Amino acid sequence: MNLTPEQQAILDGKKGSAMAKVMKTLVMYGETFGATEMVPVTSKMGHLVTSFGLGVMKPVYDLIDELIAGGAVSSQKFSVDPRPLDKNVPSNPIEKLIFNKFMYSAQSSYEEQLRKMGIVSDSAYTCACYMDEIGNTPEKGDILSWAESSAVVYANSVLGARCNRNSGIIELFGSIVGYVPKFGLLTDEGRKATWVVEVKTTEKPEAQVLGSAIGMKVMEDVPYVKGLTDFIGNELTDDAKAYLKDFGAATASNGAVGLYHIAGLTPEAKEQGESIIAEGAKTYVIDDAELKRVKDSYPCIWKNKDAKPKLCFVGCPHLTFSQLVEWTENVEAGLKKAGNSKVQIPTVFTTAPAVIEKFNKTEYAERLKKTGVILSYICPLMYMNNPLCGKKPVITNSNKLRTYTSSRYYTSAEILEKITKGV
Amino acid sequence: MKTFKGRPVVPGKAEATALVSHGGFNTLASFQHSLMFGDKEAKCGDQNNADLYNKPMAGTALCLPQTIGSTTGGMVLYCATAMGRNPACLLFAKEIDSLAAAGAVLSEVWTDQSMPTVDNLGDEFLEYVKTGMKITVSEDGTVTVE
Repeated sequence: MNLTPEQQAILDGKKGSAMAKVMKTLVMYGETFGATEMVPVTSKMGHLVTSFGLGVMKPVYDLIDELIAGGAVSSQKFSVDPRPLDKNVPSNPIEKLIFNKFMYSAQSSYEEQLRKMGIVSDSAYTCACYMDEIGNTPEKGDILSWAESSAVVYANSVLGARCNRNSGIIELFGSIVGYVPKFGLLTDEGRKATWVVEVKTTEKPEAQVLGSAIGMKVMEDVPYVKGLTDFIGNELTDDAKAYLKDFGAATASNGAVGLYHIAGLTPEAKEQGESIIAEGAKTYVIDDAELKRVKDSYPCIWKNKDAKPKLCFVGCPHLTFSQLVEWTENVEAGLKKAGNSKVQIPTVFTTAPAVIEKFNKTEYAERLKKTGVILSYICPLMYMNNPLCGKKPVITNSNKLRTYTSSRYYTSAEILEKITKGV
Repeated sequence: MKTFKGRPVVPGKAEATALVSHGGFNTLASFQHSLMFGDKEAKCGDQNNADLYNKPMAGTALCLPQTIGSTTGGMVLYCATAMGRNPACLLFAKEIDSLAAAGAVLSEVWTDQSMPTVDNLGDEFLEYVKTGMKITVSEDGTVTVE
């Protein structure tokens, strides 16, 4: 690694031993992937994946204490993934006891550490930090030190920023020293598409199933997707961005995609056209039958596969404001059609605290409340990641949540039918 | 006995019994349960990994293609190491992924534990090695399986 004099000085301990260890970690990490230089982080803000104060993660909190004591705090403000707890989300007394006393016993002390490290505000907890309401939207070409797979793939693909799929802690280290090793998705070569995906479905594909199919096929490679603009248009409207948010989260969780290009839509695909496709790229054709095959392959690991769902989550990744409005209208219409006044399965919509604040200022807030749907800032994945919830029959339209938990996947239309009709 | 040559990502020596995962190793799903409930053997909690599920991982030579899953993966691996519940070494058939690399490097720089890590051992390595075989790792990335 060729370091600048300033970077070398940090490594040599001129800014203290904690900073030196941070730099040493980043240099070793970069050298593993052939990086020969460290480049400045240029985004206004960082984003951290670790939002949870799990008592057992004590080594992480000890490490952060060492950083704070050594003055190695973040050089930029940052947002963080969603909080794991919200008293408004249904949980029984045993679950509450386990959540608060055993699992997330370090939540308040960890949030205090985040304040000292540089979190932008106490409401900056969301996985969709790039939404307008949050204020952490990178510019095209910005170099980021982010983690959270769904945010990284969105920033790379839809915004044209540059970020690797970093692990928790590594992303914080980049924000602390203000440099990241240049390799992978930070390079022009690493952003070339090595797969061409041809969408040949007869109707608009469900974003979360299309993303899942592509993720499972290409794994960590970069796909160039053709044929999707026929369904979602060739402008990055609110609807198109929401679609790509959900699509990307599925590619990143069902596979390990960090960047995709949508022909005629995303910035680099628009600029470079098919010249962004690498020589020898493989082809994957997706038609109705392929989407059905993928969806039918999802296992249901409930003990009783016919159990009546006890909870439904919509909003992983967090819903955009326009998605929240659309879901409110759809639930109202669904209930009216079914002759019901409230949802028949306890249902939680999740979104960012700043979006909740904006939503609550509209007439839709009262309308959603009347349907019985709970609005929360929680991370459904963190809520589900415990032995008790693992046994609960939970349904979702999130392919990410399905992948990491025992929740069962249904399309958005199927979810709407289930929560409004109760069947 | 067979010898494989890989790239030492974190150089070091180790001798341990092989534990083999033929599919991607989901770090969070594998370690979460054992870390949360104080299982010193670190039995694998990933129900989707038939090769490893319920098998102790601490102190083994963990042989795998790559890691998969949550971007908390590197941090989880670091926690396992800091708590002394880590594998004795990590042996990757393919090039190490960014999450596992983060875990290996964080463990090396921020803990007193040693967890030698070797990648690029080749697909033949995973075809040959079986759970229970004896593994010896050298500083230069040579891995002997017997």
